[in-house]
Amino acid sequence: MSEALGNNFEGLLREALAPVEPPEDLALRLEGTLESITEMAAEELQEWELSAMRDPRNWVRPATALVAGGGAGVALVLLRARRRAHGSSSGGLSGARKSAERTVRDLGRETRKLLGDR
Amino acid sequence: MDEQVKEQERKKSKSQLDAEFSDLYRAHLRDVYSYAYYRIGNHHDAEDLTEQTFLQAYRHFERAQLQSHGRPLRPWLIRIAHNLAANLYRDRARKPATPIDESTTLIAPYTTEQLVEGREELTRVLGGVGRLPEDRREALIMRFALGMDNREIARALGRSDGATKVLIHRAIKQLEGFVNDAGEKGDSKPLKGLVSDSGKGEGHDE
Repeated sequence: MSEALGNNFEGLLREALAPVEPPEDLALRLEGTLESITEMAAEELQEWELSAMRDPRNWVRPATALVAGGGAGVALVLLRARRRAHGSSSGGLSGARKSAERTVRDLGRETRKLLGDR
Repeated sequence: MDEQVKEQERKKSKSQLDAEFSDLYRAHLRDVYSYAYYRIGNHHDAEDLTEQTFLQAYRHFERAQLQSHGRPLRPWLIRIAHNLAANLYRDRARKPATPIDESTTLIAPYTTEQLVEGREELTRVLGGVGRLPEDRREALIMRFALGMDNREIARALGRSDGATKVLIHRAIKQLEGFVNDAGEKGDSKPLKGLVSDSGKGEGHDE
């Protein structure tokens, strides 16, 4: 017995610990659970996105982000305008008009970016 | 328009992820179930453990895929099952209403007896596996029931490859000792279950 074990103990172990087939109903049950979770998760996400925006308490974060983003955008535009004004201070009236036009264009671009991101 | 494209891409990647999880599930359902069964010793709890393992795996699948860098995910699945099994024992040990002796005397209605019908050696081997310390028993289950290599076992147990090799070697030696002793004593009692009452085995003896 001992000798036989020593010779092929691993083979014996492999035989003793043969893989166990899961019951068929387990596989079906699990697949059903996973499918329903997937569907529920997708529906819930859509519903949550819509319903969340109906609740005024959920407006705070987007509003804060909008204000912060807007503030940063305006600051950026003003900074660019200042730099340009500084660079073209010797340009007279036409220089000032060009600078104002560019500032308006920048402001429009930043606003579009901001709205596009939300 | 951009939002629509983003939404379509998100949906596509989600369905792709689900399809990949489905493949993983099909490929490893038997592995997880076999592990759970040999770890716990009865079909009812093994089914629960398998179900919980895949549900947990589903929740963290995307992150696991990113972090695996293309390596097989079987060790990750088995590690989830390992942790859940440990929780199961811990929770049962804490419940005063169900004494540990009752809850974890894992009488395997187990096909073991049918499986080893007329094979005393196999009964002794399985009895011996049940007496091994937990880490050694797990390593042997992974190696022989699931066919995992040292590297996979190391990842599942959170050990180095070298330490895993030593662990398996010692587990086999210890088991051989148990089986030889049982053979000399002529002890081939039917198997009660692979897991001893404490779930901890008989300690390390070299």
